[in-house]
Amino acid sequence: MMSSARHVYMDHMAGRPVDARVVETMLPYMRQSFGNPSSLYVFGQEAKKALEEARTRVAALINAEKKESIIFTSGATESNNLAIKGVTQRNKDRGTHITTSTIEHMSVLNPCKFMKTRGFGVTFVPVDKHGLVNVERLGAEMTGKTVLVSIVYANSEIGTIQPIAEISRIVHEKHAYLHVDATDACGQIPIDVQNEDIDLLTLSSNDMYGPKGVAALYIKDGVRLEPLVHGGGQERGLRSGTENVPGVVGFGKAAELAHDEMSAEAGRLTGLRDRFIKGLLEPIPYSYLNGHPTRRLPNNVSVRYSFIEGESMLLNLDMMGVSASSGSACTAKTLEPSHVLLAIGLKHEEAHGSLMFTLGKEHTEEDVDYVAGLMPEIVKKLRAMSPLTPEELR
Amino acid sequence: MKVYSDKVMEHFKNPRNVGEIPDADGVGTVGNPVCGDLMTIYIKVKDSRLQDIKFKTFGCGSAIATSSMITELAKGKTLEEAMKITRANVADSLGGLPPIKMHCSNLAADALHAAIEDYHKRQKAKEEAKK
Repeated sequence: MMSSARHVYMDHMAGRPVDARVVETMLPYMRQSFGNPSSLYVFGQEAKKALEEARTRVAALINAEKKESIIFTSGATESNNLAIKGVTQRNKDRGTHITTSTIEHMSVLNPCKFMKTRGFGVTFVPVDKHGLVNVERLGAEMTGKTVLVSIVYANSEIGTIQPIAEISRIVHEKHAYLHVDATDACGQIPIDVQNEDIDLLTLSSNDMYGPKGVAALYIKDGVRLEPLVHGGGQERGLRSGTENVPGVVGFGKAAELAHDEMSAEAGRLTGLRDRFIKGLLEPIPYSYLNGHPTRRLPNNVSVRYSFIEGESMLLNLDMMGVSASSGSACTAKTLEPSHVLLAIGLKHEEAHGSLMFTLGKEHTEEDVDYVAGLMPEIVKKLRAMSPLTPEELR
Repeated sequence: MKVYSDKVMEHFKNPRNVGEIPDADGVGTVGNPVCGDLMTIYIKVKDSRLQDIKFKTFGCGSAIATSSMITELAKGKTLEEAMKITRANVADSLGGLPPIKMHCSNLAADALHAAIEDYHKRQKAKEEAKK
């Protein structure tokens, strides 16, 4: 059904292409150095060396105090599960309460809900209309029993960047651990776990142009966790199973590239993002930005158009070769619209009318101008069909 | 996106009978913008047949395609025949719908039936007025 010759993929939050330089570093660990890092012969030791080099590179990206603070996992979902279930189960003698926010990813919300079935109390702290966590409220919601606070560094759907250093101060004043889900932020904006005083941090490979199926959890020295996966004791016993060596090597290279190229790329993307937002909103009445105007990820563009529904916009964009995401229930596995858009105070029909474009390295001004240029006609066509459209727009 | 059949996409791209009928004999609205789907069907009746039918829809691809399809299926039919058109008929005529869409966005038959019921109600009111 694609009738357009042009392809513009703007859904980096769902999946990114793997950088060609990353692919190159991975190949030898599938072809030649395919050994098991636990073996003592040369094939194994080559793999082991590569694994530890990758660990050093990932540690450097977030200024971790040492490479051993990094545990490799199968994905950000596993890292979030390990942080939440691992810390709470191991430290339940210290407290049985978790504090988190209403705009967390499902891989944080659902482990928190799971811990409820294990006798933990969970408080979901609300956010303001821009998606910022109210830090004072968060502090007030913490009880003497709060053992863990889990807050997203920057939400993928609206891009809002949280005041992590401030949150960290309050959390530590109250003697709890802070877990930060940096899946979307890592590789895009600088993160310093020592300076920001973060106890646990989730990082994802694919979100920085590395392969899928590999991620990490940073664990500060002295923070104790119960493992989720028991077995041969790999990853300091916290994540058993033979290491995904090619994946980890690719992740390491991706982290190194992100470290070196981040500041230039973030500046470029921020300019592109703001040009795109202007192009999407200015020509169309009843159109709005979701999320914070400035405290947002360099690649995140989330907008909404009143009186129409997201999936029908996506289908029209797809016909023109543009891939994006929507906040509508109709593109999800559930029938509910995005919980994040509802949490920032949007009505259901506003959430349904939202579009998310997430940009990447390959995008140019020409791309964003092309996509912005398609919207007036798409919106006009759908509004002409909608019973919600006010008389003045018909 | 190969979520939808070619027929659904064809109706989505070129929806039939979009609009309102200002002097409609019956109007039916179903759904709720909260759920992401809202449809209104307008009918014009002559000699117990659907002489004209138009729709307005807020919703996803399948909501728009099913609205368009029902106007094609119903136009020219007697009211009795039109009342017999089911949600399944609409989905089948479109070459099927994804399972998750069968309930939430397949409301067009309900909207048509609501419009016909509204027509009957109006007729009854007119007859009452005559008495």
